[in-house]
Amino acid sequence: MILDGKAPTGKIQDSWDDHRFASLKLVNPANKRKYKVLVVGTGLAGASAAATLAELGYQVEAFCYQDSPRRAHSIAAQGGINAAKAYPNDGDSIYRLFYDTIKGGDFRAREADVWRLAQVSNNIIDQCVAQGVPFARDYAGYLDNRSFGGAQVSRTFYARGQTGQQLLLGAYSALSRQIGLGTVKMFPRTEMLDLVVVDGEAKAITVRDLVTGEVRTHVGDAVVLATGGYVNVFYLSTNAMGCSVTAIWKAHKKGAYLANPCYTQIHPTCIPQAGDYQSKLTLMSESLRNDGRIWVPKKKEDCGKAPGDIPEADRDYYLERKYPSYGNLAPRDIASRAAKEQCDEGRGVGPGGRGVYLDFSASIERLGEGTIRERYGNLFEMYERITDENAYKRPMRIYPAPHYSMGGLWVDYNLQSNIPGLFVLGEANFSVHGANRLGASALMQGLADGYFVIPYTIANYLAQTKPGKVTADDPECRKSIADVQAERKQLLGINGKKTVSEFMREVGVLMWNNVGMARSQQSLTDTLQKLPGIREEFWQNVKVSGSGDELNQQLENAGRTADFIEFAELLCRDALHREESCGGHFRVEHQYPDGEAMRDDANFTYSAAWQWKGTGQTPELHKEPLKFDNVHLAVRSYK
Amino acid sequence: MSATEHGTMNLKLIVWRQSGPDKPGRFETYDAKNITPHHSFLEMLDVVNEDLIKAGKDPIAFDHDCREGICGACSAVVNGVPHGGQERTTLCQLHMRKFKDGDAIYLEPWRARAFPILRDLIVDRTALDRLVQAAGFVSCHTGGVADGNAILIGKPEADYAMDAAECIGCGACVAACPNGAAMLFAGAKVAQLAELPQGQVEAPQRVAAMVKAMSDNDFGNCTNHYECEGACPKGVKVKFIARLNREFTKALFQETLGTISTNRGTSKE
Amino acid sequence: MRLLSDSIGRKVVMAITGLLMVLFVVGHLLGNLSIFAGPNGINAYAEKLHGLPQVVWATRVVMLTAVALHIVLSIRLTLENRAAKPTAYAVDRRLRVTFAGKNMIWTGLLLGGFIAFHLLHFTVRSVPGLDIVQGLDGHGRFDVFSMVVAAFGHVVTAVVYVVAMAALFLHLSHGIQSTFQSLGLNNAKTMPGFLKFGSVLSVIFLLGYGSIPVAIFFGLIAK
Ligand SMILES: Cc1cc2nc3c(=O)[nH]c(=O)nc-3n(C[C@H](O)[C@H](O)[C@H](O)COP(=O)(O)OP(=O)(O)OC[C@H]3O[C@@H](n4cnc5c(N)ncnc54)[C@H](O)[C@@H]3O)c2cc1C
Ligand code: HEM
Ligand code: HEM
Ligand code: SF4
Ligand code: F3S
Ligand code: FES
Repeated sequence: MILDGKAPTGKIQDSWDDHRFASLKLVNPANKRKYKVLVVGTGLAGASAAATLAELGYQVEAFCYQDSPRRAHSIAAQGGINAAKAYPNDGDSIYRLFYDTIKGGDFRAREADVWRLAQVSNNIIDQCVAQGVPFARDYAGYLDNRSFGGAQVSRTFYARGQTGQQLLLGAYSALSRQIGLGTVKMFPRTEMLDLVVVDGEAKAITVRDLVTGEVRTHVGDAVVLATGGYVNVFYLSTNAMGCSVTAIWKAHKKGAYLANPCYTQIHPTCIPQAGDYQSKLTLMSESLRNDGRIWVPKKKEDCGKAPGDIPEADRDYYLERKYPSYGNLAPRDIASRAAKEQCDEGRGVGPGGRGVYLDFSASIERLGEGTIRERYGNLFEMYERITDENAYKRPMRIYPAPHYSMGGLWVDYNLQSNIPGLFVLGEANFSVHGANRLGASALMQGLADGYFVIPYTIANYLAQTKPGKVTADDPECRKSIADVQAERKQLLGINGKKTVSEFMREVGVLMWNNVGMARSQQSLTDTLQKLPGIREEFWQNVKVSGSGDELNQQLENAGRTADFIEFAELLCRDALHREESCGGHFRVEHQYPDGEAMRDDANFTYSAAWQWKGTGQTPELHKEPLKFDNVHLAVRSYK
Repeated sequence: MSATEHGTMNLKLIVWRQSGPDKPGRFETYDAKNITPHHSFLEMLDVVNEDLIKAGKDPIAFDHDCREGICGACSAVVNGVPHGGQERTTLCQLHMRKFKDGDAIYLEPWRARAFPILRDLIVDRTALDRLVQAAGFVSCHTGGVADGNAILIGKPEADYAMDAAECIGCGACVAACPNGAAMLFAGAKVAQLAELPQGQVEAPQRVAAMVKAMSDNDFGNCTNHYECEGACPKGVKVKFIARLNREFTKALFQETLGTISTNRGTSKE
Repeated sequence: MRLLSDSIGRKVVMAITGLLMVLFVVGHLLGNLSIFAGPNGINAYAEKLHGLPQVVWATRVVMLTAVALHIVLSIRLTLENRAAKPTAYAVDRRLRVTFAGKNMIWTGLLLGGFIAFHLLHFTVRSVPGLDIVQGLDGHGRFDVFSMVVAAFGHVVTAVVYVVAMAALFLHLSHGIQSTFQSLGLNNAKTMPGFLKFGSVLSVIFLLGYGSIPVAIFFGLIAK
């Protein structure tokens, strides 16, 4: 089937305004309170949506698995948020932000969506300032900007190294205000485990209260999923421990298409894994690459030596060598793959040979330790806390790690999935980043979706549906509860020999090695062969103790792991079918002789949306062709 | 690097176990074996839990999520000190190199009346959310706000607000305070918003509502022990408590004089 | 918002009443130290003071109210605070809490007891079972000097006073700096200064007041 993203046609500059005026219906103020919207996830996207919808007058119920909406993983974003304010007068514009995002995404995103994002980016900054987000300011009191992620303009707004935290706390405060006013009912420690579709429309969710274990449905008139990304499918990633694919996977199993799951982003500067026990990887801000030089020993024998004992002549500054003009600042995917290549050749350093040096000695010599401390002191501190090594004296070790998922549930221009009434926001959808996301643009997308897009587009759906169509005693709701309970019971009843984390580690290692930074037909088919075996073993041999009627973290993890195992198959399938390299998806068969990614625009200029066909069944592929009227497709080059 | 760099250590954990909110609790002793200095504290607990699960016992329940010191989920009192006492470090960022082979480690949940225990080391911290719901915000609408640069904020003021905004809402300050007071948490919020022009408009109403909410939610009163500052993993300072007190006194004074009202919805006299 | 029912309002009252008492204690110390000048010093001082009955009574009324408020609020605060922290940790390790800070209610109550006794002792001058030397000096003034010197000649009385002064020291070593925080006068810059000020002043009280019974007991001040 050919999918239609329902993007407005006409001049792109006017597309969003025209669409809002001409195509989107409004709900009259008196009627708004009759509608109930269920918002799952309270990260940047969910919290901003819930707060805004409630303020408009809708009844809102919001859910998150953490004990407080303030802890969503958006909190961890360090770098900053983009906007086309052009305050520094350096040539930025909405058009340029639009163009950079399309190009950064390797021409695999819908133009109109990206334009809208760039357009509302400016409102986001104003909104956050009004909420009291303490953005960095200069001495005259104006907002400060920095450059980020290879952009040629300074358009990134930031709040120390905690931009995501401050933006989330802003959205959380707006949400809290509505909770206090009684317009939002907040359900923390509540996990969505199923989507209820009645007569083809999304009308309810089934959740488990993570404290009491109660399984129940919440019925509404529309469902908004803002449940974040899925890169924990690699087990070790920069995401929080609880980040999972579960919510979107359950929706997928109820008919929602999942688009471009193979587009995953690997971040080049993370602290390497120290041992098998490790539970997560920590991101070191990309800004470190501004002053650090990346190298590995030229000779394998030197890898075990102390870095200081390796003479200059025996060091390979491979990024500077291969990409003379961008050098250590090469884009994320390129820098990541280059590091992997060095380590694969046996020239990696640190535990397991999975690390490269990020060396500040030259900058320290040039600028003095004081300047480096001023710029990166907190990062050096964090590095020392984790590794016990002093990076002023000894080069840091870094290695790439899974970081972000560009893929997600397929949505049209209105952020509605193929299931009417189901809307998807933030990292959980596939919309604007194409095959690769630029730094500082995920925060922008989450808040754009929540504050400035969904309030308009959801009204269009609600205006055409009668409030309270479905009630909790609907057979679909009851069936959903029974299914969820049965699945919990099954998990608890297996009482096998392997723990949940053993399974998750196994899947993660398999995925990381075969489907991580580089993928080949061989590695993908191998993985696709192994995954069903793991899935079957899981359902026969997993050990989950305790009961379902209490706080049971093993049970929570078991459910998430089961979903990741199933989802991993889809990710591989998508990667296998996409016979090209683009953005975060690198197929070794498709590269230029110099190792650069080779896109195939003739055959793959589309988004791949997959439809669930049952466990172990081949999913069905639907294509949404991508048209580029405002930019022309070009080959990325960072030489 | 520590002497135990390449060795592993064995530790004794004395852990508070409690199966549910109103259930009785008790300390149980477990062995943590083959722990390397590079294990984070929570990874050490993961190891112990895997052993417990394999032995058919209930693993120790503890809150955690980001494991990089920013979400504020992790929370346990280690040998009497919330987050274990390494300066500016959350429990998830504490590493086992700070311990020695053979150490005995007491692990307890946050203890305060405002934080009922849910299970083992997990407590219910929604009381902190309720403080924010009471007034920890600027009542702006979505959309229709001024340009970000229309409000000028000096760098010192922005930095001050950011210092206060570092709070991750972990609740260690409440856990550490001998009075179970939430003054550091509330002080940080009040100070952040009172310092910024956007927040000054509602400052009196905010401080009045938050102070009331603290009492309504079973938090104790501050008697200036400063233990909270010592335990705070984000270096939030008690000067923000002084700011809260100052804002309160100012508002009370103005209200007594009749120049303002802290009741929302009342017009100016 | 209400002064006596909001948590911080009550703290402000505690601080202000505490501060009033500190001011009294400063004045009283200066007065009392005149005992080192011999009978002529302190007796003259007492005489002068009692020659201003309006001042004396005004002070008494203010101080009495302050003490009453201070006591009532402190007991309420302490009870609320205990209720807010029902369970102690198995390991009692403290980062900043001081012994003085933790025991404010006890040192406070001890001071309360002392003040009651002290008023009976030197102001009402009638304590069952205690001989109080009351007479006039050579100038026909009430002989405070002899009364005090005689009183501290007894080991028990001297010890009671010294213990009370230790309590005062502890109470104020936390209390004085605490006042500045409660009244919101602290910031990062002033705080260390106030902390030091509190310590120095409370030590001065300890030495100043404490020296009187000690000096008398060891015969350094005698008739
Ligand atoms: C370490 C790190 C640094 C980053 N730095 C930057 C940066 O500098 N700039 C930038 O632009 N982007 C950055 N990103 C990316 C960006 O932070 C995220 O993409 C973005 O915040 C995602 O927001 P979200 O609202 O979509 O999801 P999240 O913030 O992940 O929120 C997900 C929400 O869904 C809830 N949830 C999930 N599943 C369920 C379920 N089954 N039931 C109920 N609730 C559920 C969770 O409780 C949570 O509330 C970074 C990401 C990481 C990991
Ligand atoms: C009469 C019996 C007394 C009792 C029961 C008592 C009790 C207390 C208690 C429990 C506190 C700590 C409460 C808090 O900090 O909020 C306190 C604080 C204080 N007390 Fe007392 N006290 C007494 C007498 C005194 C005296 C005689 C003085 C001074 C000479 C004094 C000065 C102070 C001061 C300055 C504080 C600090 C106030 C603040 O924190 O702002 N108190 N008292
Ligand atoms: C060694 C220490 C002290 C000595 C020698 C001492 C001595 C005296 C004397 C002689 C009087 C009676 C004065 C008169 O009636 O003319 C007096 C009164 C009083 N003292 Fe003290 N005092 C001491 C410490 C304190 C302390 C620490 C406090 C308070 C905390 C205190 C509070 C008072 C009060 C409230 C009165 C009554 C004042 C009045 O008449 O209104 N004294 N003291
Ligand atoms: S003030 Fe510090 S200790 Fe208290 S909640 Fe915030 S971060 Fe945690
Ligand atoms: S420890 Fe408690 S008493 Fe006050 S200064 Fe901190 S809240
Ligand atoms: S787990 Fe997030 S702060 Fe520790």
